[in-house]
Amino acid sequence: MDNFEFHKPTSIDDAIKAVDGKDEPKFLAGGQSLIPVMKLDMAQPSDLVSLAGVATLKEIKEDGDTLVIGAMATHATVAESDAVTKAIPSIASMAGHIGDAQVRNRGTIGGSVAHADPAADYPAALVALNATVKTHKREIAAEDFFTELFETALEEGELITAIHFKKPKRSWYEKFQSPASKYAIAGVCVAEYDDGVRVAITGAGNKVFRHAGMEKALSGNFDPSALDGVDVDAGELRTDVEASAEYRAHLVKVMAKRAVKNAR
Amino acid sequence: MPTIKLTVNAKPVTMEVEARTLLVDLIREHLKLTGTHVGCDTSQCGACVVMVGGQSVKSCSMLAVEADGQDVTTIEGMAKNGELHPLQKAFHENHGLQCGFCTPGVVISASDLLKKNPSPDEGQIREWLEGNICRCTGYHNIVKAVQQCADEMKGGA
Repeated sequence: MDNFEFHKPTSIDDAIKAVDGKDEPKFLAGGQSLIPVMKLDMAQPSDLVSLAGVATLKEIKEDGDTLVIGAMATHATVAESDAVTKAIPSIASMAGHIGDAQVRNRGTIGGSVAHADPAADYPAALVALNATVKTHKREIAAEDFFTELFETALEEGELITAIHFKKPKRSWYEKFQSPASKYAIAGVCVAEYDDGVRVAITGAGNKVFRHAGMEKALSGNFDPSALDGVDVDAGELRTDVEASAEYRAHLVKVMAKRAVKNAR
Repeated sequence: MPTIKLTVNAKPVTMEVEARTLLVDLIREHLKLTGTHVGCDTSQCGACVVMVGGQSVKSCSMLAVEADGQDVTTIEGMAKNGELHPLQKAFHENHGLQCGFCTPGVVISASDLLKKNPSPDEGQIREWLEGNICRCTGYHNIVKAVQQCADEMKGGA
């Protein structure tokens, strides 16, 4: 790993100032993706700005029909949070099954979202639960945020401050995970709202995506059986060492049915 | 170079480190505490697990500068006054290790579990230890050791 300048601001303003004018700055959240990536020399930042000292980024709160999770809330904190469990239990359950215990102790929602791994769990929650990504200067709808494989709508030096989730009537997330990494080989988050059902799929394609066929079927009848006649096109899905596209298409439907069955 | 101050196994440490120094390298190379192991170096195997600020973490995936101001406990800090920690004793009694390479990480990880959940059932122990890979034991005796320790700590303390 190449060396870099290390900065540890205690406010959002100072964090923004710390990246300003630098060659290749990066924010460091929990480091559970970024540090491994840096060890492989796939990222070689000139400056690393740790967010661990910015207390305001860790807040979790309910605000009317919105659940706000600060960017630096760890997966362990989210999993154990009473506010999250009460407002949107599917998010607490999802967070409690990311990686392993040690990854959950360090990894954060903001870091996961900014890294935008195509097999990460949180992107499915953001897209299904109609979330807004709050940055230090604007709001981005989750669907516009995840743009490509490992790519997001974030601009240079833009800092995620919080994720705002819209509380559903009920929702759930189920994944078929890689036994080694715990990443989703196929993960499906379903969320029922007054105006219809949203279904987001992670792990199966090059980025998180919604499935119109499943959403239509479930909006008419929120029951696993409603998905029996829905086609999941393997043509859009990935084939890799873990699973073929056809197998992933099968898994997507199985996970979607389980998520509907367990929704609360 | 940044200067960091931390406590390692109850001893204060002040030192200059390169920003890129990983916590595991600080522990092994600078402090010569070689009980913490590097297995995979890709944050999957859990051989490098130590406690930082009361939480178990993979020290191969954390910068030493991020441990500035924190309390760090490695396997060398588990025994007190020449007495093995109850978990170490339970691993000994239950033959919870064979080659022993993964054991320091497993013991620290299990101590974090017992702090959060003093009465875990078998399933909870197995789930918690998902981040620790052991290629010898098949995990059965590891799980038995953690269970025995939980039972004893409840009875004793």
